[in-house]
Amino acid sequence: MKKLDRKQMAARLARDIPDGAVVNLGIGLPTLVADFLPKDREIVLHSENGVLGIGPRPAEGAEDEDLINAGKEPVTLLKGGSFFHHADSFGMIRGRHLDYCVLGAFQVSVKGDLANWHTGGADAIPAVGGAMDLAVGAKNVFVMMEHLTKDGKSKIVERCTYPLTGAHCVDRIYTDLAVIDVKPDGLHVVEIVGDLPLEELQRLTGVALKVREPVAQ
Amino acid sequence: MIDKFIATAEQALADVPDGATVMIGGFGNAGMPAQLIDVLIAQGAKNLTVVNNNAGNADAGLAALIGKQRVKKILCSFPRQSDSWHFDKAFRAGSIELELVPQGTLAERIRAAGAGIGAFYTPTAYGTRLAEGKETRRIGDIDYVLEYPIHADYALIKADRADRWGNLSYRMTARNFGPIMAAAARITVAQVRETVELGELDPEIVVTPGIFVQRVVRVAPLRKAA
Repeated sequence: MKKLDRKQMAARLARDIPDGAVVNLGIGLPTLVADFLPKDREIVLHSENGVLGIGPRPAEGAEDEDLINAGKEPVTLLKGGSFFHHADSFGMIRGRHLDYCVLGAFQVSVKGDLANWHTGGADAIPAVGGAMDLAVGAKNVFVMMEHLTKDGKSKIVERCTYPLTGAHCVDRIYTDLAVIDVKPDGLHVVEIVGDLPLEELQRLTGVALKVREPVAQ
Repeated sequence: MIDKFIATAEQALADVPDGATVMIGGFGNAGMPAQLIDVLIAQGAKNLTVVNNNAGNADAGLAALIGKQRVKKILCSFPRQSDSWHFDKAFRAGSIELELVPQGTLAERIRAAGAGIGAFYTPTAYGTRLAEGKETRRIGDIDYVLEYPIHADYALIKADRADRWGNLSYRMTARNFGPIMAAAARITVAQVRETVELGELDPEIVVTPGIFVQRVVRVAPLRKAA
């Protein structure tokens, strides 16, 4: 079974971000998407800590500790970029000014519920950051995650067993096996990686998948 | 004459009492008032309630304040980090109370305090564990959670330049929580890289007007920004 690696997943998702879009990339896996955004499109990256217009990573030695992203990594600023305080930054998010956000996930349900902040374990220390604001605020919420857990269970589920980040908030799921839209009537397969048969994807996923023919491969 | 310049950080924080609610600016190292936190540690105030985005990193700053058991409660959005061992230990021992707040709700609760807002409805966290027990309301076709402002006795923030009226400018993403915390606290202490004569700050680039700032301390940078 062919699976996309992390970079291939990022590259696949990046293709769907249109020219002119304002986008927030979550920390971790989603941050990789920045490296694959098509060069011929002008895409504005937002970060929760008060910056629009993030550019590439700075060269070694050119980092500035006052210029970082939400993952606290050094970044650069593009021409046209701007700075603002935290309440304005989240006003942009909740106020539905962001076109897209890309979030990692532990689980996504058939109804588009998202769980990505807390394992719910008794001694686990919870940390939510800006995930709940992004989940309700961005016009399009994309999730990027491996299709299966390390022990082979589907991360796309009937009902999330982990605590929710947001209810009915996910629009599209990008995994290492498929691209799946979350619609009011259920999950629609948009694309399957490699030559994985739909029946096998269905078996691995466990929950009902609808198919809008023809499925791209 | 108005002169908010204070000679030393020690003087600026001398009156912080036990039990105070203290907002601390910064997101990661950007905008973190490191020298003020060091002075607060030396000053000795305890049973503090701290408001910050995180719960300290490694062994310095807020982490050290927590490690010395001076913080009874923390309000933050992202306590768990690879190097948050002082918080982790205190949390697991039950010696610190955590109020976990989504980052945008944290920012807006701080903003609301400074803006005289009694409470507000936000869609963030509706239907999640962090909204349990809170009042909710459907307005139009969206469900909201009622959230209350966070007021503070002190705000410790870092800005770039200041004049003696307390007008502040910031540098890049070091701005983050500074402006809203300055407005939310009764006494705002700003550590700045540079102090300038009145009139030298272009009014168009003043981000925090002096009305929100009570004390300004110029500190030597810990390390030079590249």
